[in-house]
Amino acid sequence: MRRKGINYAKYGYIFSIPFVVTFLIFSLYPILYTTVIGFTDLRGLGRTDINFLDNPFQNFQIILTNATFQKALSNTALIWIMNFIPQMLVAFLLTAWFTNRRFKVRGQGVFKVLIYMPNIITAATIALLFYSLFGYPKGPVNDVLMAFGLTDEPMNFHLQKWTARTVVAFIQFWMWYGHTMIVLIAGVLGISPTLFEAAEIDGASAPQIFFRITLPRLKTIVLYTLVTSMIGGLQMFDIPKLFLLGGPDSATLTTSVFIYNQAFSGSYLYNRAAAASMIMFVIISILSALLFFILRDRDPGRARRRERELRRIARTLDGEVSV
Amino acid sequence: MKMGMLASRNSTKAVIYIVCIFLALISIFPFWIMFMNATRSTFEIQQNSVAFWPSTFLSSNWKILVGKSFNPLTGFMNSMLVSTGATLGAVYFSSLTAYALVAYSWKLRQPFFTFIMAILMIPAQVSSIGFYQFMYSIHWTNSLWPLILPAIATPAMVFFMRQYLMATLSLEIVDSARIDGAGEFYTFNRIILPIMKPAIATQAIFSFVFSWNNLFLPLILLTNNKKYTMPIMVSLLRGDIYKTEYGSVYLGLALTVLPLFVIYFLLSKYIIAGVALGALKE
Repeated sequence: MRRKGINYAKYGYIFSIPFVVTFLIFSLYPILYTTVIGFTDLRGLGRTDINFLDNPFQNFQIILTNATFQKALSNTALIWIMNFIPQMLVAFLLTAWFTNRRFKVRGQGVFKVLIYMPNIITAATIALLFYSLFGYPKGPVNDVLMAFGLTDEPMNFHLQKWTARTVVAFIQFWMWYGHTMIVLIAGVLGISPTLFEAAEIDGASAPQIFFRITLPRLKTIVLYTLVTSMIGGLQMFDIPKLFLLGGPDSATLTTSVFIYNQAFSGSYLYNRAAAASMIMFVIISILSALLFFILRDRDPGRARRRERELRRIARTLDGEVSV
Repeated sequence: MKMGMLASRNSTKAVIYIVCIFLALISIFPFWIMFMNATRSTFEIQQNSVAFWPSTFLSSNWKILVGKSFNPLTGFMNSMLVSTGATLGAVYFSSLTAYALVAYSWKLRQPFFTFIMAILMIPAQVSSIGFYQFMYSIHWTNSLWPLILPAIATPAMVFFMRQYLMATLSLEIVDSARIDGAGEFYTFNRIILPIMKPAIATQAIFSFVFSWNNLFLPLILLTNNKKYTMPIMVSLLRGDIYKTEYGSVYLGLALTVLPLFVIYFLLSKYIIAGVALGALKE
């Protein structure tokens, strides 16, 4: 029986408690703790005492002027750009092809499944697999290059700075372009089909349709992809850590690998690592703020379209689940 | 003219298929080599590192692999525990939090949602030093709990579940359950969760894969080899003791991703649909 005037609002609070408590303990507290450590002299395994430095910003000054940290930052940016530009180009090309109503590319489902596949495979495994694939003097990639006559001598990819960076960037590209493609295709499918029909009737060419209709309407999705990819790129760890351990000559050392090395591989400079983490946190917060503005609620028309699309996908999934 | 247009369209189509097949082969090639070389001896691999068919050295590679530090069964069990636990916690409590945001009107509802949006992208990595020190001080460094419990607060999943509920849930169902005398908690468990099944399925897959692949936190926290997860087992293959054991290294790599391949080829439809769904949170 329904009691009159019952107050259900309290359940909003009750049902949010597990999330909030977990967040406070496992996210907020560690972030504050890391910030505090950034201002202390904490180094060495097994210490938990807190002694603030006389110059509280000493760790930050040391990190910001540290040549290796600067190198790590520029490596991270460089490798990210080297992976992001080709990733966007290829993803856009495939999106244009797969959503073109005149081409009607067959076997799209199979292509999507295969192209997306590397994204879900353990990055640690992929790093080691590529280490073996690019082996020197004998390795599958060198064998293939020699068999096709592309090189006369086997190449030592692991020893050259630029080949090492290129391979790391290629791995990132290879793992993520399928993901970006699916995101873009979903964006195109969300555009009202009447727009395309009208353009076709007016005799617009495929490139015209793509640049004049599709691209402008994908602006939000492209921005979203850009920002999330930047935030992800800043955390690049597994591949550079296990592929060449940050080498050769720190050419693939990223900020995350730098932080890990400071704190956990022998030197135990927790305070320096904490300061470096906070610098990264600030950069990521700025990017997140950007994303926040991209994601904030849009005009009602867009919201309705999104809802329709969500319902459509929900229905398909539901149908498949019950099969 | 019409013939000319048709011919150029056909040649464009040919280019499209060639590029797509080439990209598909690039996706397959590394894994194919990995599975084939897992069955070949070091000598065979040194002779020719590319093979299209398996050889007969699977069991000897296995013996060498497990004879050293790599323990696939321990890694598998630990990764299973972590991934299953984290996934159950994440999907259940994210759904519950999303339900709180959609079904009830409470004073802090909008601020709470804004807060979730704000913390959406904060990675665990930036707080790793404090997290490690915290776990060290409560003696949890060699426990699997710190890899499972934080999943209860997964902002991105709450966001996704909220969008899904907003699009699919009609509050009349909730009201009629109340009239029938159902408690709020009962309504959520018995009526709302089943409605959310499609969303839970896709999010569960991503959560599981994310936990399974996670390297950073386990690498920091776990020093006892009985607690190692699969990605840490993988990192052992980078060590000197496996330096000349090519076949065994390939086998070790293959073992770590075998469960993922099974999951992927059984559920690729949902996974691809899930990525597309995630994109709609624009």
